[in-house]
Amino acid sequence: MDSTEVASAPEAAKAPPAGSRAGAPERSASSAAATVFPDLVYKEFLAALLVSILLLVWALAINAPLLPEANPGKTENPAKAPWYFVGLQELLVYFDPWIAGVGIPTLIIVGLMAIPYIDTSHNATGRYTLGERRLAIGHFLFGFALWWVLIVIGEFLRGPNWQIYWPWQSWLVPKSAEEKLWSFPWWLGLPLLAAYFGIGLWLPRRRWPWLYERLGKSRYASAILFTLLLYSVPIKIFLRLLLRVKYVLVTPWFNI
Amino acid sequence: MMSQNQRLRQAITTSQLYRSIFRHDYVDSLRNRALEVTSNIFLHLHPVTIPRHALSVRFTFCLGGLTFFLFLVETITGLLLMFYYRPVPDYAYIDMKTLEYAAQFGVVLRNLHRWGAHLMVVTVMLHMLRVFLTGSYRPPREFNWVVGVSLLVMTLLLSFTGYLLPWDQLAFWAVTVGTNMAAATPFIGAEGPFHEVLGAQPLNDVRFLLLGDMKVGSNALLRFYVLHCVGLPLFAIVAMMVHFWRVRKDGGISRPL
Repeated sequence: MDSTEVASAPEAAKAPPAGSRAGAPERSASSAAATVFPDLVYKEFLAALLVSILLLVWALAINAPLLPEANPGKTENPAKAPWYFVGLQELLVYFDPWIAGVGIPTLIIVGLMAIPYIDTSHNATGRYTLGERRLAIGHFLFGFALWWVLIVIGEFLRGPNWQIYWPWQSWLVPKSAEEKLWSFPWWLGLPLLAAYFGIGLWLPRRRWPWLYERLGKSRYASAILFTLLLYSVPIKIFLRLLLRVKYVLVTPWFNI
Repeated sequence: MMSQNQRLRQAITTSQLYRSIFRHDYVDSLRNRALEVTSNIFLHLHPVTIPRHALSVRFTFCLGGLTFFLFLVETITGLLLMFYYRPVPDYAYIDMKTLEYAAQFGVVLRNLHRWGAHLMVVTVMLHMLRVFLTGSYRPPREFNWVVGVSLLVMTLLLSFTGYLLPWDQLAFWAVTVGTNMAAATPFIGAEGPFHEVLGAQPLNDVRFLLLGDMKVGSNALLRFYVLHCVGLPLFAIVAMMVHFWRVRKDGGISRPL
């Protein structure tokens, strides 16, 4: 494959009309330009070909699951969501359905969409780096990993009645779903939640004043709130697993 | 003197039919490389030239392109599956069995569609990860990231609506679990907090909107089928048009400054 350096490709390709952008800085900066055909197109073609082969081998080797016909009278136990939603289903252990099934997905989508409006800096754009964007990448990778860890637990470690079954344990041995749980009384839960978000908003500004200065008021508040909400998920999980806490806040209208 | 091959070749490439389809030579020249792209509606999604940096497979891992490619695979295999499938509880499961035992390569067709969908969910997530790790969501590309997140959501919804169609126990109970969550939506779900404010009941809440019923049944199957085959793909195609167009308009794929 001939992949000539074509610094002058755009100019050579089309007769440049008078007063064209030939002198524009953007053009002169692209000194290492490549022609899309064939330099990019053959890579795209190879990638598509490889994935086609992979998919075809996969489809010939393993059959898609097909259980007995749907029967509304016979509940599957456990009834699992598709694997990409199993992480949310796993959260049902720790949160009420309106949080696990509606609140958290909504926050994930809104939070993801908000990222470019919070992180507007320009350092290290267009290349892989860990050191220069430790904060952003660290938090993002934590959330990404959490999503996958929850999927793995829900998909591979949950058996009948959504109990933990290790791969070597038989699903035929019943496990009790009984668990003694307790909740924080509201006069403990409310101050704790207020402290979590209050201190969480105040402390980073105090420790790293440059962060607040760089982001400004609303970007700082959004960034910290989304980050606090992200970490509140594993915190609640650990409260449940270690201290058997069902709710951190109980109100007559909803529980958290 | 021209050989016979050359004469034949010339006869073909100078014929009116050939010239009406291909507007330029294939001889490797910069001019023809440019024309390959600009005179081809599929390739002209691309610019004529790109920075050499953008060619690096280890930068993009081709993840966005592969997600689109898998969308095409899903469209084609899905179209073929539609010939064999009727979205009615009485027939849906029988049609799956027919596909498996009576249709030539039917089971491979279904496997391609099923595993392709799983793979597409994986590639779209990894594509998002790659765009994040390279800081490619930053200005001026922030809106295209938003479009990308909505495409991620649409991929998940496409996959989820397709999950019900085989009408087996796996499909039925997975979608029952999934749509029960909708009933827990605050205000507009019959079992959610503050459901009494707007008077949300099982007969009029958001789960009823999804299922056309209070539980998964024939209406839900039809709704999921129509959303899966027509509604969501239309939305996804429009969002993809915006997504690809914005990649170009925002200056191509990101590069080090």
